[in-house]
Amino acid sequence: MSKSVDQIFVNAKQWLLSWLMPAPAWVLQIASSLINIFTLLAVFLTLFALMSVLERKILGRIQNRYGPNRVGPFGLLQPVADGIKMLIKEDIVPARADKLVHFLAPILIAAAAILALGVVPYGRNMTPFTIDGGILFFFAVGSTTELAVFMAGWGSNNKFSMLGAMRAIAQMISYELPLIITVLPVVMVVGSLTPDRIVAAQTGYTLGLVPRWFVFTPWGATAFILFFVSGLVESNRTPFDVPEGESEIVAGHMTEYSGFKYATFFMAEYIGMFAITGLAATLFLGGWHSPLSVLEFIPSYVWFFTKLSALLLVYVWLRGTLPRTRIDQIMNFAWKFILPMSFTCVIAAAVWHYAGRGLRGWLWSFVVIAIVYTALSMLLDTQRKFAPRIYRFAE
Amino acid sequence: MSSAAFVLIAILTLAAALAAATLQKLMHATLSFAVALVGVAAFFFLLGAEFVGLVLVFVYIGAVAVLIVFTILLTRRDVGKDRGANWSGALLAVAVFGGLGWAVFKTQSVAIAAPHIRALTVKRIGEALMTSYVWPLQCVGLLLTAALIGALVLVMEEKR
Repeated sequence: MSKSVDQIFVNAKQWLLSWLMPAPAWVLQIASSLINIFTLLAVFLTLFALMSVLERKILGRIQNRYGPNRVGPFGLLQPVADGIKMLIKEDIVPARADKLVHFLAPILIAAAAILALGVVPYGRNMTPFTIDGGILFFFAVGSTTELAVFMAGWGSNNKFSMLGAMRAIAQMISYELPLIITVLPVVMVVGSLTPDRIVAAQTGYTLGLVPRWFVFTPWGATAFILFFVSGLVESNRTPFDVPEGESEIVAGHMTEYSGFKYATFFMAEYIGMFAITGLAATLFLGGWHSPLSVLEFIPSYVWFFTKLSALLLVYVWLRGTLPRTRIDQIMNFAWKFILPMSFTCVIAAAVWHYAGRGLRGWLWSFVVIAIVYTALSMLLDTQRKFAPRIYRFAE
Repeated sequence: MSSAAFVLIAILTLAAALAAATLQKLMHATLSFAVALVGVAAFFFLLGAEFVGLVLVFVYIGAVAVLIVFTILLTRRDVGKDRGANWSGALLAVAVFGGLGWAVFKTQSVAIAAPHIRALTVKRIGEALMTSYVWPLQCVGLLLTAALIGALVLVMEEKR
């Protein structure tokens, strides 16, 4: 029973394909790809709509206000209203803009974000696009985003756009490095770049209780936090949203976009966020595996989307609580702290492997990470003294 | 089906390369250069060498194209202006083409059937890199580190 519920979507796809059965193989292949693509788009565009309203609701709760509550029950139809508003807005293209580049940028950025979703395993036998180097594909596709952001900034022929694009590219390049290096320990330990194999390597429970997810090893926990922070920067979200800092440069590379093109940028940002959190769940949180062996009757995709939502909630929570950082702080943080720590994760994973992957390995890799962490924090401490501020003129 | 894909990708790649060489605005040329690189990566995919194709996209679109864009932006002020015909570049291109064509036609055509090649998986590339090619790999690593340090030294603030 639970098995058939688990495989319900896989079976549904097989059933749909059986309608075309006496067709040649390439027709079946194309039909199968089309089914995957449409399912992926339907699920994640719905999730985008839901996320946009839930984020505003949660932010409202954090900031002690209501959030959207007028359209539909609990304001749940807000995305529909937003979509209609965006569609009927005038599409303005600046007279001096490079028309073609200005037009292509939002398309390219959305395409890159959606392509990255393809390699994430959403459940047992539910990877839309199985490829040998799936992780590499994810990052290769993600790296084209930089060019798209640049096209948006340059094509608009606007100072704010250009500045925003420069900032975005600077911070995206800086954080792409730790993002990839924090994936390395997982790839090393599993010995594969295929997301399915990485999920399969996290099967089972230690002592029948703690799941064998990589986040429960010292190197895995460190790499997970670093990956999460780098992913936050990659998706240009608060507290790292200087490329579109409203108080400084209007809306960065999106300044000259209006109507549905602007909405496309936002869609790309959210879908990129889903992709990066989905990959984080796959790499470190066991993908679609359940946290307890007792709960394995719950379908795999439910577990995956639970983990995804939990990570997204942390994203919203951070946005609601942290103020925007400065660009130099972001850069210093990347090169002086995150990068050395991610290299340490690689070394700690090797130590964990050679010390036998058991308790001994756990302790030794913990020691490695603790030593580097303390050394780094001592080195980076500027020894600045903070004293209570003295008000001389406003007693 | 695969030959149709080949023709399609070839036309796209060649058109993009031609655009990169002839477009008036430097920035447009850079972007079409990126499209041509995507076409080359698609060829690798078509040949079953996924890893090489992915690395091509990764390195050339994600790094080299962005680097070119930055170089243009940071060094020129007339980014939007027309560029004149560059005859020395054309001469160089003809020379390279002639040299390559000469080399191709001088090589005797190999009539033997291509040996059956095992699927080029990432695992096999990794094994080859870490066993028989470990010294070249280390040398490349050293070279890149030296280049990185050199770049840092170039931009470091001078202490007075």
